[in-house]
Amino acid sequence: MVNAIAQHEQGAAAPPETGAAAPAGPAPALPPSCGPISAQVLGTLFGDGPPAGWCALVETVGDPLTDLDFQLGLWLSYEPHYADLPGLDRDPEWDPALLSLRAALEERFERALRDLVGELPTGDPVAVLRRLTGSGRPSPLALHLGRDASREQFIDYLAQRAVYHLRESDPQSFTLPRVTGAAKTALAELQYDEYGAGRPERLHSRLYANALTALDLPADVHDYLPGVEATVFTTVNTMSFFALHRSLRGAAMGHLAAFEATSSLPCRLIATGAHRLGLPPAVAAYFEEHVEADSVHEQVAIDDICGALVRAEPLLGPDVVFGAAACLAVDELAAQAFWARWNADPEPTGEAAS
Amino acid sequence: MTADNCRRETPEIEVAAPTVVRGATVVAAADGVLHRIDRPVVALCGCGRSAALPWCDSTHKVLADRSS
Repeated sequence: MVNAIAQHEQGAAAPPETGAAAPAGPAPALPPSCGPISAQVLGTLFGDGPPAGWCALVETVGDPLTDLDFQLGLWLSYEPHYADLPGLDRDPEWDPALLSLRAALEERFERALRDLVGELPTGDPVAVLRRLTGSGRPSPLALHLGRDASREQFIDYLAQRAVYHLRESDPQSFTLPRVTGAAKTALAELQYDEYGAGRPERLHSRLYANALTALDLPADVHDYLPGVEATVFTTVNTMSFFALHRSLRGAAMGHLAAFEATSSLPCRLIATGAHRLGLPPAVAAYFEEHVEADSVHEQVAIDDICGALVRAEPLLGPDVVFGAAACLAVDELAAQAFWARWNADPEPTGEAAS
Repeated sequence: MTADNCRRETPEIEVAAPTVVRGATVVAAADGVLHRIDRPVVALCGCGRSAALPWCDSTHKVLADRSS
């Protein structure tokens, strides 16, 4: 598959064409495309017009949630909202061609997410959030990282998750102007804590970068892209998709609530694993920060953000539940990918965590 | 403010949920030790079993699972 970034760095004027040989040269900071969808998105980032038959091509994808080409393409289409793309000398953020491509991907993506979560629980959304996230049983993945994972598996986990945690909480900031009143106040409060509560050295994304740096790993998202699992992209794309659509602000906040409410207990286990493996203190420090922080954020996100949101806008209740259910479902898809990467099976978790 | 005197009633579950506190700069734990607060909002342990007292570390969810 062609590498549009490398082509561009070598001065090639033409957009990438699927099937061309990857040019030799320095290692690119962005991954090569891995199929027709990501190739087209890369080409559009570099100035291609919208292609004919795009929607039909998107429909050919069997399962968008586990398809690397689809997820990489969608991730690339969001990337101009977050960072400069290496080697790109134009600004594609609001390029109509890019937005047109992305709209078709998002339409297919949302259908797949709704199919994945199926019929949603009904009732008071806050009570549903509590039920969906109330388990005190450890996730098999966190249990493995805590008790059994090898150093290589643990570091593989950190590297895969870097695509989110190096930008921790950034997607949710797009929702801030899209909610009002008490929900806005509570979201700003949560984000302020995520962003270090006035101390740049406590930015959660920086804590993660510190952990990676302590392991002699890079601290730039783009350095991790070539090996990212499709479903890890799916977890990040779900956040961007919800957060960048005002109409899905309920889903964005439901997702946030589920994400925060299922973080503290796993982080405690994972921190234990970092200590067990003798990893640099910055690794355990990242996860230990989240034991207390996310215990708070769970309460704030469920009661103060989502509770206030559905009181102000009751019609958003089903979207709040959808967002939470989608968060849990795509996280499970990503967990399955880790088991497959490590050629391991999840252990039964009959006992509670502590 | 202490973790003990700001517990709230949580009739829907047997294990006491944490109490969210905003705007405090210090909290006195049940043993009298003062803890500085450097977050805009904190959750104080309500179940008494947190490993990070006086802060909530979500142990109440584990206890609720065991008691159900």
